[in-house]
Amino acid sequence: MDFLISFVLALVALLILLQLTVLLLWVERKGSALIQDRVGANRANLFGGLLPFNLGIVNTLMADPLKLFHKEDIIPKDADAFLHWLAPFIAVLPLFVTFAVVPFGDVLVLGERVINLQAADVNVGLLFVLGMVSLGVYGVVIGGWASNSRYAFLGGVRGSAQMVSYEIGMGLALVAVVLTYGSLDLQEIARAQGQLMWGVIPAWGVFYQPLALVLFFIAGIAESKRPPFDLPEAESELVAGFYTEYSGSKQSMFMMSDFIEVAIVAALVTTLFFGGWQVPYLYRDGFHLPGGFFFGVPSLVVTILQVGAFLTKLFIFCWLQILVRWTYPRMRYDQLMNLGWKRLLPIGLANVVVTAVLVLALEGFTVP
Amino acid sequence: MIAFYFIAILTLASALMVVLHRNPIYSALGLVNTLFLIAVSFVMLDAELIAMLQVIVYAGAIVILFLFVIMLLNVETEVRTARVSRLGTAGLVLALLLALELGVFALVREPSSGTPELPAGFGSTELLAETLFSDGMLSFELTSLLLLVAVVGAVVMARRKVES
Amino acid sequence: MNVPVENYLVLAALIFAIGCAGVLTRRNVIVILMSVELMLNAVNLTFVALSRQLVSMTGQMIVFFVMTVAAAEVAVGLAIFLAIYSQRRTVNADEISLLRW
Repeated sequence: MDFLISFVLALVALLILLQLTVLLLWVERKGSALIQDRVGANRANLFGGLLPFNLGIVNTLMADPLKLFHKEDIIPKDADAFLHWLAPFIAVLPLFVTFAVVPFGDVLVLGERVINLQAADVNVGLLFVLGMVSLGVYGVVIGGWASNSRYAFLGGVRGSAQMVSYEIGMGLALVAVVLTYGSLDLQEIARAQGQLMWGVIPAWGVFYQPLALVLFFIAGIAESKRPPFDLPEAESELVAGFYTEYSGSKQSMFMMSDFIEVAIVAALVTTLFFGGWQVPYLYRDGFHLPGGFFFGVPSLVVTILQVGAFLTKLFIFCWLQILVRWTYPRMRYDQLMNLGWKRLLPIGLANVVVTAVLVLALEGFTVP
Repeated sequence: MIAFYFIAILTLASALMVVLHRNPIYSALGLVNTLFLIAVSFVMLDAELIAMLQVIVYAGAIVILFLFVIMLLNVETEVRTARVSRLGTAGLVLALLLALELGVFALVREPSSGTPELPAGFGSTELLAETLFSDGMLSFELTSLLLLVAVVGAVVMARRKVES
Repeated sequence: MNVPVENYLVLAALIFAIGCAGVLTRRNVIVILMSVELMLNAVNLTFVALSRQLVSMTGQMIVFFVMTVAAAEVAVGLAIFLAIYSQRRTVNADEISLLRW
């Protein structure tokens, strides 16, 4: 029975990620169209035009992936076939696994059984996320190398150097959050954010560590090589960067890794800084409003509200990343590295030092 | 038990790939695999923090450094010579002797009296930090100094010399 | 069902021997460095296995230091090798023998 529950939880985590990936593709296209004051993709139709209206969502949700999976798989001449086949898997697999430690709800109470809504309850969950993100660099490196092409190689080397540099920025921003909440387990951090500061404001990470939020968000966007940090796959300069020589399902896996990282960064920002699945003032038995009011709510409704809150916040931060993509121009590579090493790293270090001093000096600065 | 044998055989196969394959990129990938499987062994041995640090530091940074150097220098696949050199044979024999010796030492000791009960939180961050900052405080400070020296040294060595 | 600690010790011994064979046999400097990393990892595995058997966190603390020192060593080693390569243009350890008799 325990095995079945773990299996279902893992399946739910995987499915959330997979659905989000495909949905984000559509949101990106329609969202960019909205920002750029145009209509966006609306040409695909069901049943060859039988329906009198057009559902834009049909295009990207069904036609695009189907088209990509049916393309011929081309391996360039003199390229290493095994590495060419391996690179998309290494790019995508660690990122899928990352979502296993993200909590998408508090507990689900079925009879006497209390199920923790987190696929893998590791007590070093945050380090697990960092480790898997650093394993994703191999997909870029091997993909660029195995294509036996100048553009791909250049894109691969640039991309991996960028990813490794911004991992440090991410790590330092997370250290400050860990100092504040005193735990590396994401579910514990999410639970700790249910407490109230001064009896009114929920203890969300954004109030304790606003600078870490900004640093982590920037480093997260740079880590997934999204614009404005997308020089490794700059469409106007390197064709498609490290995945130039890929076609068909392998290319779709690289594109999927882009959106999966968007979802992961959004999930981490939600869990660490905005309370994760926390609805303000909602606890396991109901609403405890600050004036002393109490509404009792059945536990199943509480769970549904909390999972819904998590998904809503996840969407908001995915949308924010898409907005950032279509607003800012691309950064040049030396400006990019400059930002990572000379700005994010010192500011992150200063943040950690100030946080540590405050944690030692003030009794009430840590949350639990 | 089956999990242990599965992980062990995969680890040995990856280690053999590091040492035997002629293409250095495949050696580096074998190294990543070996390091990741050793991290899995660490998790099986209740050392969770060390396992994650192994993935982040070793598999996620050191081997990428190796891959960068291999790619930037464009190291080619070695040509397999017809016969092994005498030095190579001597090396293999010595390594086999070493394996035999270590194996005998490992098996000749009295069989362990089962696995002892571990205190709660063994291998967790809190316990490791307590040990690190009490018993290992001097080593900690020296290691940070060592890292500083290594960073400065690597930058100085890799700098291009200015033509006089 | 728990795995006895001897299994891990034998596994570490085998990985150490494979790394040793790599250092003694291969002529590519980078592969030699990678084999040294294999040996260091075998030692790490031994430390962690014994730390669990003796219920002491000292083993894991030592592994922490070994990891740090190995990272520093790889960085400096590869920097030295890059400096040598810019002069000799070879990755074969047999040809970098100016200081030998």
